[in-house]
Formats: sequence, C-alpha cells, structure tokens
Amino acid sequence: MRKIFRPAPVWPALLLLPLLGGYGYVFLHAEAQWQVAILALAGVAAILAAGSRRVGAALDRSWRAAPSLLGWLAFVVAAALIYVLREDHFALLMVATVLLYALVCLGLNVQFGYAGVLNFAGAAFFGIGGYTAAVLAAHTALPHLVILASAGLLSGVVGSLLVLPLLRTRGHYAALITIAFAILFRTFLEVNDLLGGPQGLKVPGLAILGWSFNDSIVVDADTEFSFYVAYAGFSLVLFTIGLILVWRLERSWLGLSLDAVRIDETAASVFGFQVARWKILAFSLGNVLAGVAGAVYGMMTGFVAPASFTLAESLIFVSIVILGGLGNPAAVLPATVLVVVLPEKLQFIQEYRYLLFSAIVILILLFKPAGLLPRSLRRYFPSWGKA
Amino acid sequence: MDAGLLGQYIFNGLMLGIIYAMVAVGFTLFFGVLDVIKFSHGDVLTVGAFVGLATYHGLDALGVTSAPVLALSLTLAAMLAMGALGALMARWIVLPLRNAPAINVLLITLMAGTVLRELIRLFYPAGANPKPFPRLLPTDSLTMGSFTLRLDNVILLSVGAAAIVGVHLLITRSRLGLAIRAAAQDSETARIMGINFQMVVLVTFALGSALAALAGVTAGLYYSEINFGMGLLLGVIGFSAAVVGGLGNLYGAVLGGFLFAALQTLGAVWFSVPAYKDVFAFALVILIMAWRPTGLIAEKTAERV
Repeated sequence: MRKIFRPAPVWPALLLLPLLGGYGYVFLHAEAQWQVAILALAGVAAILAAGSRRVGAALDRSWRAAPSLLGWLAFVVAAALIYVLREDHFALLMVATVLLYALVCLGLNVQFGYAGVLNFAGAAFFGIGGYTAAVLAAHTALPHLVILASAGLLSGVVGSLLVLPLLRTRGHYAALITIAFAILFRTFLEVNDLLGGPQGLKVPGLAILGWSFNDSIVVDADTEFSFYVAYAGFSLVLFTIGLILVWRLERSWLGLSLDAVRIDETAASVFGFQVARWKILAFSLGNVLAGVAGAVYGMMTGFVAPASFTLAESLIFVSIVILGGLGNPAAVLPATVLVVVLPEKLQFIQEYRYLLFSAIVILILLFKPAGLLPRSLRRYFPSWGKA
Repeated sequence: MDAGLLGQYIFNGLMLGIIYAMVAVGFTLFFGVLDVIKFSHGDVLTVGAFVGLATYHGLDALGVTSAPVLALSLTLAAMLAMGALGALMARWIVLPLRNAPAINVLLITLMAGTVLRELIRLFYPAGANPKPFPRLLPTDSLTMGSFTLRLDNVILLSVGAAAIVGVHLLITRSRLGLAIRAAAQDSETARIMGINFQMVVLVTFALGSALAALAGVTAGLYYSEINFGMGLLLGVIGFSAAVVGGLGNLYGAVLGGFLFAALQTLGAVWFSVPAYKDVFAFALVILIMAWRPTGLIAEKTAERV
C-alpha cells in the first residue's frame, strides 16, 4: 500500500515550464532562417519526446502531483514571456494570435474530441464573432466586454440553427452540413454589401473600462510598451479561462457523458444518456469559444474580411486539433505554435504552408493517428499506482 | 419570362447538372465499395482538367491541328492519368486507413486534395492564374427566339450522359460490375468467393477518378477557362449532390446532381443579386438533410449494433 500512495516528483514539470518560456523567447527572437529551422526541429523533437511513453508518462505524473501550483506557474511563465517581449510588436502579435487560435481549437476539441460532433466550419464561427464585434462596436455604444459576450452568444445561436440537421444525421451526412455551412457563410459575406462585401469591415480596437487597448502603454518618457501587450495579456487570460473550463468539463460527469456519446451513440442512448443534449452542449460551447476568440482577433487586427474565414481556414483549425492529439486540451497550444508561428518565422515556407501542413497531416494520420501528444486516460486519483 | 429564356435556363441547368452528376457518381461509387468519402475528388477533377490542358499544349507544339483529334486525345489522356492517380491514392492513402474512424479518411483525403491543389498552384507554370481552355468543339448554333442551342454544349451533354449510362451498365451488366457490387455489399463474403477485393477497390477508384477527369475537361470546354481552385467548389457540390441523393446509390447521385443545378439556377433567377445562388442552394441542402437525414433515396441498411 505504501508504494501505491507514493506521490510522484514534481521537478520534471517544474523544470519544463521555465525551459518552455525560454524556448518561446529565443524562438520568437530568432532572426536567421537557419536558427529558426533548428529551433523548430528541436521543438518538434521535444513534442515527440513528450508524446512518447516514458518521458510523457513522467511529465504527466509530475504534473498531476501538483496540478494547480504548476498550472499557475505556467500562467506566470506565459505572462513573463509577454512582459519580456513588451517592445516587440510582431512577436506579441504572434503570441496573441496563437492564444486566440488555440482558444478556437479548444472549442473544436470539445466538439469532436469529446462529443464526436464534426465541425468543418470553425473559421465561420470565428468569423461570426469578428463580424459581430465589427457591427456592434461601430454602431452601438455597448461596453466592449458585453460585445465580446454577444459575439460568443451570436456564434452559439447561429450554430444552433445547424443543430437540428446535425442531430438527425450521422457520419458523412453530418460532415456535409458543416462543410455546406462553411461555404455558405463565406459566399454570403462576399455578396452582402451591408457587411462590406469582399473588402470586409473595419473593427474598432478593444476598450475595457475606459482603457483603450490600441494605445501604447506609456510607463515614463523612455519606456513605452507595445499596445499588443494588452491584447496578448487579455488573450492569455481568455485562453486560461477556456483551458480551465475544458479541463474541468473533461474531469466532470459532463465529460464522461460526452465521451460515452462519442464512443457509442447507440449504447449511450440505451443506457439513458440524452444524446441530443450532450451534442448540443458540446457544439454550442465550442462555437461560443470560437465566437469570442474571433471578436478579440477582429478587434486586434482592426478589420474582418471574408477571405480569412474560408473552408481552407477551417481545415487549418481541424489540422491543429488532429496534429496535437484529439481530445487533449494541453496539446492544442504546441500544435497551434507549429501551425501558426512556424510559417511566419520561416519565410521560405510561407508560400508552401498549405502544401506542407496538408502533407504533415497526411503523414500523422497514416503513422500516428492519435496525434503528437495523445490524450491520456482520465485518472481521478492521480497519486494512485505507479503506472 | 418567355419560353425561349426559360428554355435557355433549363438547358444551362442541364449542363451544370451533368457536370455535378459526373462528380457525384464518383463519390457514390467510392462510398458504395468502401464506405468512405474521398474528398480529394474535386481536386482530382482539377488535376484532370490541367492534364488535359497540358496534353493540348503538348500536341499543339507537335503540330497537331485537327480539333477532333485534339479533343479526343486530351480527354483520353486526362481520364487515363486520373484513373491511375485515383488507384494510387486508393492504394496508399485510403486503404491503409480502412480500419480507422471515418473522420480520419475524410480528413486525409481532404488534405490530399489540398496537396493536389497547391501542387498545381505552385508548380504548374503560372498555376495561380486562371487558364484559358481551348475551344475545340464546333460552335455552330441554332437560334430560336431568345433560345440558343450550341452544338458544343449538346456534344458535352451527350458525352456526359453517355458516360454515366456507361458506368451504370458497367456496374449492373458486367462481371466486373458484379464484383464491385459484391464487394460493396459484403467485402468479407466477396473475398471468400474469390474476388480480389483490393483490385476491385482500385478499379472502382480508377473508374470514379476517370469520370472526374471527364467532368473536369467538360467544365473546361464549357467555361473555356480553368483554375486551380475550380475543383474545391465542384467537389463540395458533387459531394452534396451524392449525399442529398443518398450515398451509394447511382440514381441518387444523378438526381442530386440535377437537383443542385436546378436549385442554383432557381436561385440565380429569383435573387436580384445572382451571387446569392450558392447561398440559397447550400441552405436548401442543409434543410433537405434535416428533412431526409440519409438523402432522398435512403440507404437500405439497418445499423448492426
């Protein structure tokens, strides 16, 4: 019995966090293409190692030994990274973009990682958030936090229009519905003059409690922070809230029910699960997260246009989730970094990025279908067993 | 609206419908034999059209000037090349994932389609720009009031219809068709009866992909222009048509193809902004799916639990 309750050492995860922070700093600051390439390869190798049995299990155990301490430490490391980068517009834009994209992918993770509801229209819901923010912020005087909430809400409401067909169909038939919606949405935006047509709309910057995010933060005469610091920090807070939400969801009875519905819909309904209820919950939650992320992203970049919300863009979101590991919320962040930051840093692959990522996803699906960091089993009593 | 204009709309709708139906038949063939959706189908169509174009330029450079010879050889070249590509993709991308969840097959073929599309965009000479497609068919026309019947369109329509009827006859009347139907119905029993399952799958994928190439060349000849992204929308439309009709059913695919064309044409007539036609057609597709979850001609299978 004594052996069973022996807590795992905390140091592996504790050591990992500052390493990750340092890596992020060096990676975002690397200028020469060969440096970026080497760092990227090292990063992929590290992710693969973390996905392997031994290293992964050790990290997993040490994380579980003190999850809340390490979680907050991770937050602090990320905040510190943003602080260190405070004068670098481009690096901060990257950080904020990664966090917002990762928030969308958390939502997709709930949708098809847990409930098994396919969504090939992630970019469309992201876009609904962006357009809602654009229209509401330009034409009403609503506080911006309310606008963000409405963006998420509207995204969820539009998603609920698809719920009935989604619930009645399965498999390929269900896939068609979101694909049709993704194309419908993009075409609608392009031909709709009210929403700016192909040129899209301008979006005013975010302002919370009278503090405009688009003003640089002036500390004193010589010190001025990039205005992206505010956006990156805000995105970090949003992503953290999303991550905690999804983690808690997975651990709770809600998560168990979602898993049951995904693994065998028929068996779940035989055992009294309300399949429709769980699918609606997961689908709406995912769309709300995408909508909120889209609103912040639109306010940060200052404009929304149909070209950013295409089916191809939705497929990028799906690739991130598959690449990371279906159902593993912690894997979303490294996968997003790979997919979003790498093409920006490695300019010579910018042109080839769709080609490259499609090829990578094909290889992953052929040889490592569970993703780079596969989802591990739920363990309610982390200190039990050596496993 | 006078009768001539109505006739024109109907004829244009039929032209679109035959292209969509050819794509949809491919989807339905793949689904029938292997229960998978091969989403790269639309991009195979694009590659087919580009192979046709490259063949044309090659023959043109060799000094071949006879239009019928050119038309026939570029169509054959496109169909043969895509048949081979289809079989290769089935062997190396689809079959290895036979026992994986359906979403993985959908994704891997989506990504394979993206690879094909990007390869054309990046590596075909000036592939990112739309390419003029040669007009090789006689353009004599017959005008009745506001209705113009062009000979080239009639030829395209009949070739497309003949191809679909040909596939239908092949599936229902030949030994190969019998093998395909057997493999589709129960692959294990078919194997026990001595059918080379893998060969049947490869042949089916080759057949469907050759049909996609024909659809691509038809679209090229009809619009006189092709571009690297044409297959994306055509593929989604073909998929919608196959699903709306009922997957695995040849009649359903043809029905779905013409239905989608009819919806688009109606949308173009009804809305003051014709571009709303796709919004209208896809919205109705979603509604039809809510009404008939497994398509208009439903799959006749019960789920085994």
